[in-house]
Amino acid sequence: MSKYLVNLKINNMPVAVEEGTTILEAAKKLNFRIPTLCNHPDLSVAGNCRVCVVEVKGARLLAASCATPVSEGMEVFTNSEKVRKARKHIVELLLSEHNADCTKCFKNGHCELQELASEYRIGDHVFLDLVTPESMIQDISSPSIVKDDSKCIRCQRCVRTCAELQGVSALAVVNKGDHQKISTFLNKPLHEVVCTNCGQCINRCPTGALTERNYIEEVWNAIYDPSKFVVVQTAPATRIALGEDLGVPVGERVTGKMVSALKKLGFNKVLDTDFTADLTIMEEGTELLTRLKKALVDKDEKTVLPMMTSCSPGWIKFQEHMYSDMLDNLSTCKSPQQMFGAVAKTYYADKINIKAQDMIVVSIMPCVAKKFECERPEMRDSGYQDVDYVLTTRELAMMIKQAGIDFHKLDEDHYDSILGESSGAAVIFGATGGVMEAALRTAYEIVTGREVPFTNLNIQPVRGMEGIKDATIKIKNVKPEWSFLEGVDLHVAIAHGLANARQLMEKVRRGEAVYHFIEVMGCPGGCLGGGGQPIPTSPEIRKKRAEAIYSEDEEMPIRKSHENPEVLEIYKEFLGEPLSHKSHDLLHTHYKPRKRY
Amino acid sequence: MENNLKKVDIIFEDSDKCAPLKVLEKTLKRTADDIILDLIDSGLKGRGGAGFPTGLKWKFTRNETSDVKYVICNADEGEPGTFKDREILDRVPEKIFTGMAICGYVVGAKEGYIYLRGEYNFLLKGLLKKLSDFNAALKKLNVDFQIYFKSGSGAYVCGEESALFESMEGKRGEPRNKPPYPTVAGYNSKPTVINNVETLVYTTMICHMGPEKFKALGTSDSRGSKVFSVSGDTPIPGIYELELGMPLHDFVNEFGDGDTKAVQVGGASGHCVPRKKFNDTIIGFEGIPTGGSMMIFNSSRSMYNVLHDYLEFFAEESCGQCTPCRVGCQQLLKGIEAVKRGERPPAYLDDLKKLTGTMKIAAKCGLGQSVGNPFNSIIDNFREEIIY
Repeated sequence: MSKYLVNLKINNMPVAVEEGTTILEAAKKLNFRIPTLCNHPDLSVAGNCRVCVVEVKGARLLAASCATPVSEGMEVFTNSEKVRKARKHIVELLLSEHNADCTKCFKNGHCELQELASEYRIGDHVFLDLVTPESMIQDISSPSIVKDDSKCIRCQRCVRTCAELQGVSALAVVNKGDHQKISTFLNKPLHEVVCTNCGQCINRCPTGALTERNYIEEVWNAIYDPSKFVVVQTAPATRIALGEDLGVPVGERVTGKMVSALKKLGFNKVLDTDFTADLTIMEEGTELLTRLKKALVDKDEKTVLPMMTSCSPGWIKFQEHMYSDMLDNLSTCKSPQQMFGAVAKTYYADKINIKAQDMIVVSIMPCVAKKFECERPEMRDSGYQDVDYVLTTRELAMMIKQAGIDFHKLDEDHYDSILGESSGAAVIFGATGGVMEAALRTAYEIVTGREVPFTNLNIQPVRGMEGIKDATIKIKNVKPEWSFLEGVDLHVAIAHGLANARQLMEKVRRGEAVYHFIEVMGCPGGCLGGGGQPIPTSPEIRKKRAEAIYSEDEEMPIRKSHENPEVLEIYKEFLGEPLSHKSHDLLHTHYKPRKRY
Repeated sequence: MENNLKKVDIIFEDSDKCAPLKVLEKTLKRTADDIILDLIDSGLKGRGGAGFPTGLKWKFTRNETSDVKYVICNADEGEPGTFKDREILDRVPEKIFTGMAICGYVVGAKEGYIYLRGEYNFLLKGLLKKLSDFNAALKKLNVDFQIYFKSGSGAYVCGEESALFESMEGKRGEPRNKPPYPTVAGYNSKPTVINNVETLVYTTMICHMGPEKFKALGTSDSRGSKVFSVSGDTPIPGIYELELGMPLHDFVNEFGDGDTKAVQVGGASGHCVPRKKFNDTIIGFEGIPTGGSMMIFNSSRSMYNVLHDYLEFFAEESCGQCTPCRVGCQQLLKGIEAVKRGERPPAYLDDLKKLTGTMKIAAKCGLGQSVGNPFNSIIDNFREEIIY
C-alpha cells in the first residue's frame, strides 16, 4: 500500500514527505540538521534527551522532532528563538550532570555532547554541578568495557542497544528522578552479570560513559621492551574500517596501509588473523563433516546437531549464560584469534627461534569481547596466555595518530610470512554469513571434489543484512568416502546480533527448524559491525563495510581456505591433519555454563 | 461577610433513585451517540486536573476502528494534597464501575481496568468484593463488559496516563511520546478511554440526572461541581463537593483559619496564590484549575520550606527519562538552596525562572511541564522568603 504524501513547511520551505515521516527526517530532506543525542539509526525512538525539540506553529509545547510525525499543513521552525533557548538550556542541563573533565576522557574529540556544547558555545556553566563523587567511581571489573556513570547523560542508547539489538538487557534503567541511572542487575559489576562484552553499547554511547578497556600503554611498553618479540595479528574486519578513524571514507579498504603502519609502529612481525581463519575453516569444516557422519551414519547420541560456530566470543558468552543446555552444539574450535595465539607461541616461536615467554602476541580486533576472550583460562594452551593484549580498531587508530604517522601517505605493505598468508574465504569472516560461506566453499569441495556451485564462488544466499538467513545446499555426486551425504540437503542458518541469535535458538529449541550448521556472530552485521569498530555505526555504514569485505575477497588470488599454502604447510610440518591430537590440544576447547543472575 | 460558596451533593448522593445499576440499565437503552451528546452538552471536563472534555474523549475513542478497546479508571491519586478519590472509591465505588460500564458500551470496549495507587491497597479487599458483585450483575444484565483492578507501585509519574499504560503493561512507568494519544493507542496500544475516578462518577450522574441539572452549576468555562480535598491550616480539613467557578476569597472565608497567607491550588504541581490575589482568583478552568487539592498556609509557614518540599518531591518523582525534568528539577532544588545559603546571588532565581520556561515547553510530560507552576508563583509572590 502506498503511503500518502504530507505537505508541510519547515523554516518556511515547503516539503512533501510520506505519511509517518518524523519532523527530523523531513528536515533532513531540506538539509536542515537538527541536533540529536538519544536518537540512533539502529534503535527505537526514545525522545528523551529533548535536544531535537522544534517549534510547531500553534502548538503549546515544543515537539521532539525525532518522535513527532509530520502532519498536513504543519509549520515547523527548527531554529527559532524559543527553540534555540530551550536547546541551549537542555545542553547546559546535560553538562551540569556530566563529568566534563574532557581532556582526561578517552572519548575526547569523539564525544557528541562535547560537539554540541562547542556548537552552542556553552561557556561558563550557568547551572550547578550535579556530578556526585559516587558516580565517578568507574566500573573496571570487565576486561572489555569500562562504565563511568559520571559521564552518562541517560540517553538510554545503551539500554536500547542491549535490549533491542542484543536481547541481553545487561544494562537497564534503575531508580527514578535524581537517582535514576543506567545499571545492572542489583547494581553488580559488569563482569558478574550477563553482559556478553559485545561492546555494542560502546558503539552507541554518545559520551565517554561506556568505553573499551584500553591497553594502548601496555602495548607501547611491550614494543619498547627490547627483551620482547612483539607480533601483531589483524582481524579480517579491521582492514575495511580502520580508515574511518583516520579520515578515509567509509567502505575504503586500507589493508596495505594498515600493515605498513603496524610495521612503522615497531611490531616485530605483522601477521594476519586471516591465516588462522583459514585454519579454523579446515578444523571446523572437518568437524562439521565428522559430526554429520557420527550423527547420521553412526547414530551417535552424544553428537548433537546443528553445529554452531564459535568464532564470536560475545556469542559464546551469551550461549553460556542463556542457552547453557546447548553448549555441546558449539563447535569446539577456538576462534581465529585464539588459534593464532596458540600457534604463534608454539609452531611459530619454534620456527623463528624465539622463546614463547619472550613473545608478546597483540591482536587488532573489531571487537571488545576479544579482550575478555584472551583472558579466559581455557586460552593458555601454549603454556602461556596465548594472546596477551587485544586492541580495538579504534585503539590502533589512536596509536597511529600518537606515532605521528601520516596514514594517507603510507605505501602499501605486505604481511610478514609465515602466518601472513590468507584466502578470500578468511577475509569474509568479517561479515555476517562469511564463516558459513568459507566453510561451505571448503566442505563442499572436500565432499564432492568440485567447487561450490555458485557463480564465482559467491554464495549469495548466505550473504546480506537480514537478521536471520537460511539456505539449503544440495549435495550431489559425492566422493565414495562421503557416500552417506549423497543427495543430502544441507540446511544452514545464519544470525547476527544476539537478539536475532536468541530468536534462532528458540526456533531450534522448539524443533521448528532442523539445521545442520548455524553461524552466529554476536554483533549486527558480523565483525564488521563489532563493538571495537570506528564510531559511528549505522545500517548504511555496515553495508558499505560489507561491500568492501566482499570486494577484498574477490580480489584475492586464493579464495578457498584449503588452498592457503601456509595452512597446508602447518598441517604437513606440525599439526598433521585437521582434528589431529595436536590440533585438539592447541586449537580446540570447551565452554562452561554460566548463571544468568 | 457574604459567602457565595455553594456546597453540592452529587458525587456522594446515595438515594435509591440514583442506584448505579438502575442508572446503568436505563442508560444502556439509549444510543451511544445520545449519551455522547449529553456528555458534551453537560460541559463535563476531566476532573484529574488537565480538563479535557470527557464527551469528546469518548467520541474519539468510539470513532476508532479496533476489535479491542479499553476503559481505564485512573485511581493513581498521587498529587500531594489530593485525597478525594480515596473517599469516592471507599464510599461510592459502584458509581465508578457504572461510569466505566457506560463508557465501555459507548466506545465498544469489553474490558475496564482500575489502576489503583499502591498506597490504596488497603481499600482493595472491600473493593474487590463490591466489584465481583458488580461484574456478576453485568453478566446478569447481559452486558459484555468486565472490570479488573491493577495495583500501582507508588510512583507519582504513573498517574500520567501514558506512564500508567506502561506500568500496566509491566514496564517501567515512563511517559510515552505523543502523539499517538490514548484514544488512538493507549493500553496495549489499543484505543483507550482513561478517566479520573471522579470524572467517571459524574458521567454516571449526568446519565442519571441529565445534562441540564449539571450545567446549571458552575460557569460557562467550568460547568458543574467538583470534589475538593481541603488540607493545611484549616479547622475543618476534609472532602467537600463545591460548585466550580468560586472566587478563592470565598473559599478562604469558609475554610481558612483567619490567618491565611496563601493557598496552593492544584497540589504541588499547581499554583500558589497569595492573600492579595484571593479576590481576583477564580477556581475553575478560566482561572486556576485544580484536580481538587487545596492546601491552605497561614502566616506561620515558610514559603521557602513549602517550595523546597515540592521541589524535593519532584526531583525524586521525576521518572528521570527526559533531560528538562530530570536535571531541571534538581537544578531548581539545588538552586534555591544555593541562593538561600548565599552561594548564588538572588538574581540566580531569574535564571531558574527561565529554566522553568524551558521545562514547561520541552519536558516530555505534564510532570516536568508543570514544575514551573509552584516555582514561579512562589518565587514571584514570596521572593524575600526564598532569599533571606
